Amino acid sequence: MHVLQLEGIERTYRTGALEVKALRGIDLTVDEAEFVAIMGPSGSGKSTLMNLLGCLDSPSAGRYLLDGGDVARLKRDELARIRNEILGFVFQSFHLLPRTTARENVELPLLYRESQLSWKEIREAASEALDIVGLGDRMEHMPNELSGGQKQRVAIARALVTQPRVLLADEPTGNLDTRTSLEIIDLIQRLNDDGLTILMVTHEPEIARYAERVIILRDGLIRSDRRRTPERARERIEAWGDDVEDALDEALQEATSHGDIDAPPASVADPVPEEVGIEQETGR
Amino acid sequence: MKLSAVPYSAIKALRRNTMRTILTAFGIIIGVAAVITMVGLGQGAGAEVEEQVNRLGQNVMLIFPGERQLGGVSIGGGSANTLTVEDAIALREEIPEVVAASPEVRSQRVVVYGNRNWHTPIYGQSADYLQIRDWPLESGRMFDEEDVGRASLVAVVGQTVVQELFEGADPIGETVRVRGLPLEVIGVLSPKGMSLMGSVQDDLMIIPYTTGFQRVSGRSHAMVINVQVYSEETMDVARAKITDLLRERHGLAPDQENDFTIQTQEEVAQIATETSRVMTWLLASIAGISLFVGGIGIMNVMLVSVTERTREVGLRLAVGARSPDVLMQFLIESVILCLLGGIGGILLGYFATETIANYAGWPAFFSLEAMVVAVGVSAAVGVFFGFYPAWKASRLDPIMALRQE
Ligand SMILES: Nc1ncnc2c1ncn2[C@@H]1O[C@H](COP(=O)(O)OP(=O)(O)OP(=O)(O)O)[C@@H](O)[C@H]1O
Ligand SMILES: [Mg+2]
Repeated sequence: MHVLQLEGIERTYRTGALEVKALRGIDLTVDEAEFVAIMGPSGSGKSTLMNLLGCLDSPSAGRYLLDGGDVARLKRDELARIRNEILGFVFQSFHLLPRTTARENVELPLLYRESQLSWKEIREAASEALDIVGLGDRMEHMPNELSGGQKQRVAIARALVTQPRVLLADEPTGNLDTRTSLEIIDLIQRLNDDGLTILMVTHEPEIARYAERVIILRDGLIRSDRRRTPERARERIEAWGDDVEDALDEALQEATSHGDIDAPPASVADPVPEEVGIEQETGR
Repeated sequence: MKLSAVPYSAIKALRRNTMRTILTAFGIIIGVAAVITMVGLGQGAGAEVEEQVNRLGQNVMLIFPGERQLGGVSIGGGSANTLTVEDAIALREEIPEVVAASPEVRSQRVVVYGNRNWHTPIYGQSADYLQIRDWPLESGRMFDEEDVGRASLVAVVGQTVVQELFEGADPIGETVRVRGLPLEVIGVLSPKGMSLMGSVQDDLMIIPYTTGFQRVSGRSHAMVINVQVYSEETMDVARAKITDLLRERHGLAPDQENDFTIQTQEEVAQIATETSRVMTWLLASIAGISLFVGGIGIMNVMLVSVTERTREVGLRLAVGARSPDVLMQFLIESVILCLLGGIGGILLGYFATETIANYAGWPAFFSLEAMVVAVGVSAAVGVFFGFYPAWKASRLDPIMALRQE
């Protein structure tokens, strides 16, 4: 059985007299444990499709079978239940609650479980999810005490804590640098290895090549749908890590020998100058 | 949503913006404190009224000249001249139930002693007036029937007069002057305290009514006749007999209205209590308005909060919150905010009541009732004014909410 099955999905936005056909008939099936990347130019309907897949929105026409059940015509609160129990979301801008610890952020979806869990069960599930994403030692940190990559890991832990059938990620690496993006993709690949179905929107081809299936949208239609053997992000990180360090070393040496930088390369590791430290403190 | 998580996340959200929470709660604190203080002072005033009416004396009736409407009471302010000294004497002599009857005449005069003077009300009364009022002397004696008969130039003074004219020294045997008329002080009244309207009851001088009518006031008619009846059971009988006697003496035809009004102590008490209740309500409603304004403050802040936290709401919806969950979360938040204000208001109200009561020398009540009502009202304010913002939050579209900057 397919995990996801879309038949003739359309989505039309109406703003006053204007009609925008964001999706114009999407047919798509996704099987268990697939890792699908969705690409396409800006405005092609990627986010619209993700919102529909994520039951945040309902299609104007078509059928959407999720885990065998038709969800296209469900009501608002029934969709909320599906989101809570079957789906996990990861967003480009993390969407962590401010001034709330990583653990409590991860606990959030479980508070909305229909079958009420005990606080102990909720805590344990949250710790477990944070362990999976490698943040077992950062549970009590606030979002502003975490790096971008760590924030996205917390967000992934939050998506995993409900043990969803499908993980939906809309440009999960959009706000991260290349290195951190690779680490997130590595994490996603490992989750996929363990059998989680993953759909990810990205507009970076370097990211898409880690998915085993790439769908390209254009003007609200699927233009191509190809399977390939994915690269492993882990291998890339290992190789690339050395490259970067070598390149950085070289650049610094060259700069000092030309007299552009007074201090020796070691100064890079020096603590931040005092004024900057204060500025960062008050900037929070 | 998990039930115990609702108040937990509400408190967390409120703590995230401590300063704003405190300032908002202040609106409610002031409102609740005002309600509690006003109700407390009002009830205190009511109790004081009752107490004073009791101090009026036992089994007392007041007869006012003219037809008076219930509620139009202002003791001693009769306009009509229908009651005479002879009426008072006749009441005492012809009605067995009447123990004492004092025709009262009052005038406001300057009293002089040496180089000091004091403006005070001077009451002309009968010799049994203090018996009617149940008012003991502190020293000296009350004038007697003989003094009344001869219109003696004697006076019994209240504590305030002793303080103001004699600077606390023993005034008995001293002579004071009223418009040149020398009056010998023969007695000092025991202290009585503040009256219903906040005037000092000890500020007065009592002289025989004969002296009062003839030498001091220049009036010929009684402003009030103070009557004491033998016992409580005979009140009604006495009242009927007094009415008949006065009608007969005034020569009223059967179809004519009474030209006097009889009020028992009970009726006076009733009117006074009613008045103080109206006052309490009035004060409480004014205080209630400030609670209402506090509630609008809550609504305002909750609306801002919902707007600020649109992304949070979007996220909660995305991970499975249903509309009622979001509604409940914001509603509980504003209720907790109001309850905090309620508790703060009770504390502030308590201190305000005590302070004002001490300062004004007025009894005040800090009633449990007012407290329960205040907390109930503030919770209701929380629900009422928190509902619209919470409802707005619960209707947000998750996609739009998540996208908001
Ligand atoms: N709420 C909306 N109301 C009206 N039109 C909308 C709405 N959301 C999206 N659209 C329109 O639908 C089309 C598809 O938008 P969508 O956000 O799905 O594109 P996208 O592929 O995600 O683009 P990007 O790569 O820039 O994120 C666009 O033309 C957009 O203007
Ligand atoms: Mg998009």
